[in-house]
Amino acid sequence: MLKYIKQHMASIAGIEIYPVISFVIFFLFFLVVALWVVKGNKDYFSKMSALPLEEENK
Amino acid sequence: MNTNLERFSYDNTIVRNFIYATVIWGVIGMLVGLTIALQLVFPVLNFADFGTFGRLRPLHTNAVIFAFVGNGIFSGVYYSLQRLCKARMYSDALSKINFWGWQLIILSAVATLPFGYTTSKEYAELEWPIDIAITLIWVVFGWNMFGTILKRREKHLYVAIWFYIATFVTVAVLHLVNSLEMPVTFLKSYSWYAGVQDALVQWWYGHNAVAFFLTTPYLGLMYYFVPKAANRPVYSYRLSIIHFWALIFIYIWAGPHHLLYTSLPDWAQSLGVVFSIMLLAPSWGGMLNGLLTLRGVWDKVREDVVLKFMVVALTAYGMATFEGPMLSLKNVNAIAHFTDWVVAHVHVGGLGWNGFLTFGMLYYLIPKMYDTKLYSSKLANFHFWIGTMGIIFYAIPMYWAGFVQSAMWKEFTQDGVLAYPNFLETVTQIKTMYMLRALGGALYITGVIVMAYNLYKTALAGKFIANEAAEAPAMQEEIAHKGEHWHRWIERKPIQMLVFSLIVILIGGIVEMVPTFLVKSNIPTISSVKPYTALELEGRDLYIREGCNNCHSQMVRPFRSETARYGEYSKAGEFVYDHPFLWGSKRTGPDLHRIGGKYPNSWHYNHMLDPELTSANSIMPPYPWLFDRKLDVSHTADKVTAMRKLGVPYPHGYEQTIETEMNKQADGIVKNLAKDNIKVASDKEIIALIAYLQRLGTDIKVKEKTETENK
Repeated sequence: MLKYIKQHMASIAGIEIYPVISFVIFFLFFLVVALWVVKGNKDYFSKMSALPLEEENK
Repeated sequence: MNTNLERFSYDNTIVRNFIYATVIWGVIGMLVGLTIALQLVFPVLNFADFGTFGRLRPLHTNAVIFAFVGNGIFSGVYYSLQRLCKARMYSDALSKINFWGWQLIILSAVATLPFGYTTSKEYAELEWPIDIAITLIWVVFGWNMFGTILKRREKHLYVAIWFYIATFVTVAVLHLVNSLEMPVTFLKSYSWYAGVQDALVQWWYGHNAVAFFLTTPYLGLMYYFVPKAANRPVYSYRLSIIHFWALIFIYIWAGPHHLLYTSLPDWAQSLGVVFSIMLLAPSWGGMLNGLLTLRGVWDKVREDVVLKFMVVALTAYGMATFEGPMLSLKNVNAIAHFTDWVVAHVHVGGLGWNGFLTFGMLYYLIPKMYDTKLYSSKLANFHFWIGTMGIIFYAIPMYWAGFVQSAMWKEFTQDGVLAYPNFLETVTQIKTMYMLRALGGALYITGVIVMAYNLYKTALAGKFIANEAAEAPAMQEEIAHKGEHWHRWIERKPIQMLVFSLIVILIGGIVEMVPTFLVKSNIPTISSVKPYTALELEGRDLYIREGCNNCHSQMVRPFRSETARYGEYSKAGEFVYDHPFLWGSKRTGPDLHRIGGKYPNSWHYNHMLDPELTSANSIMPPYPWLFDRKLDVSHTADKVTAMRKLGVPYPHGYEQTIETEMNKQADGIVKNLAKDNIKVASDKEIIALIAYLQRLGTDIKVKEKTETENK
């Protein structure tokens, strides 16, 4: 079983880079979005979340 | 501020039409589901060639996904998009083309799938002309949606619209990539990809069909309709932003978890697992955001049937998205895969999340658009309870069946042999569970029919507002100011939003697929693996026509319990000529990858004529028409040519020798059958099917044989 996996893993040069690239891309992206959300302006968020209810309150 | 109010109206007619379609197709799709559930208990219900489980199961999945949920998406999007953009849909004509085009596509599915016109790829079974029609109608939908967004009167794009945009973009990409196929005739094509690559593309598609057809549009609807029904803003808009980006980013990677322990390269499997586990966070973020929107109004949940449906929908979403990551752990997957556990899992999502959110939305929309009250809240409550009971009666027996059968498959005696070597024994053991599941389904459908009646009576009592008057100030051109945040820039510009979503989902797809396609060593070739003969190729197409892959896998996983039962585990190199791959996803019957040479031809002959002749109490339907019909060889040469174009190394001029070769192989089978006192003409379909089944998985045996001979 392990031999079977190893054979596939070993057959690709630089295989370890794929998970690393994917993780780095995702993590950076996530950080940027999270930062923005944390730093964002409160009025803007409350305005946005009230959008669907607007027609009721006109 | 511009105080010039513009008057306009919302188009409710298109919403109403989509709602009608949702309800009608929902009832039909679920009835087909009930039929196939009963067929597993009473095989006699496989009433005709077009009515067997193998042919109806794709009809059920396509009907509930694309007809029921599809029309549900359009209903909700067409309603909420207009209001969130403070604008009528861009074009009434495009709306109508979207509506009628979609219904025609569904009708063409009804007209092809039961008659064996199928590509065999799950949730993408429709043949190539219908694939093109889907593409066109999807473009019409996107055009109409973006037209509306561009002429909106509200500067900001509410989070629901982001989900709609991501849905549009991703479904387009998924559909185009997975549907690449080589047409042979008007209703027959072969997948562009083969074997492992086809499997990877298919499950990248299949998983993301769940993600971007059953999840993201419904999350968009949730972000609109739950706050509406509760009359409170969403719990956290911040969370919704994180939820959105994390969800669409991570989901696209998770597809390979459908292929754990298969011949897919291991690094791709591991990538799928990691991202599936990570998916838990945004999924639960979304669920909590929905449920917490109801903070402070839980008393309303007790009375308002709309909220009741939505709460159960969100809970089911939470359960299914917790279970999904668990199922993608390799050790859990080893138990659950190919069993009814997965069937239970998808139905918690389908019946609970999609079904109940749709029902909640319909109970909200119909009274509103008909300017009246719901005809009977008693009936709606009845629907709620019988529907909930239906889900429970469906899911629990299926979980039970999954655990029991999997345990039986894997059990060894003290002597080290399989405790249940006869697969059928593990099937008869769970038949009661199949019966209970059918009961659960019946309860659920009863609820839907009651809803249809209730909504119909509501519509009769009210007066339909076809064009709902509205007014809003025109949108002012906003000049970008320095230092403004990049995300707001995206939000103001829907096209940027589209491009950004596209980039985000492409990253995952590209990293997964490019190596599998470009790095040759990912799929080690096996020299003894040869293309199918013409007769076997025709037999394979019969296997596809009858939908055998709906109940039988062709993928022996590298477990002792599987190699002891089926034989040598499946290698990636064995599938290089399989356009399309036929690994399957469920073992209602045993795996067939090593069936070749296991039984004599006469066994297959009798088994296909009446499965009970060889296997008492089998739930497989008989296939008598294979014995009456002549094999259609009018396109065999075209099929071989198409395969060659796809890279299958048939020798040049092979087409000219096909007839003699086919006859020779068929005569050989007929002569062999005659030894067992079976008389049959060599031109019948059954002969081709036997040829294919006897070939399955034998190529590497040839190698072993030659190796021993050489010693």
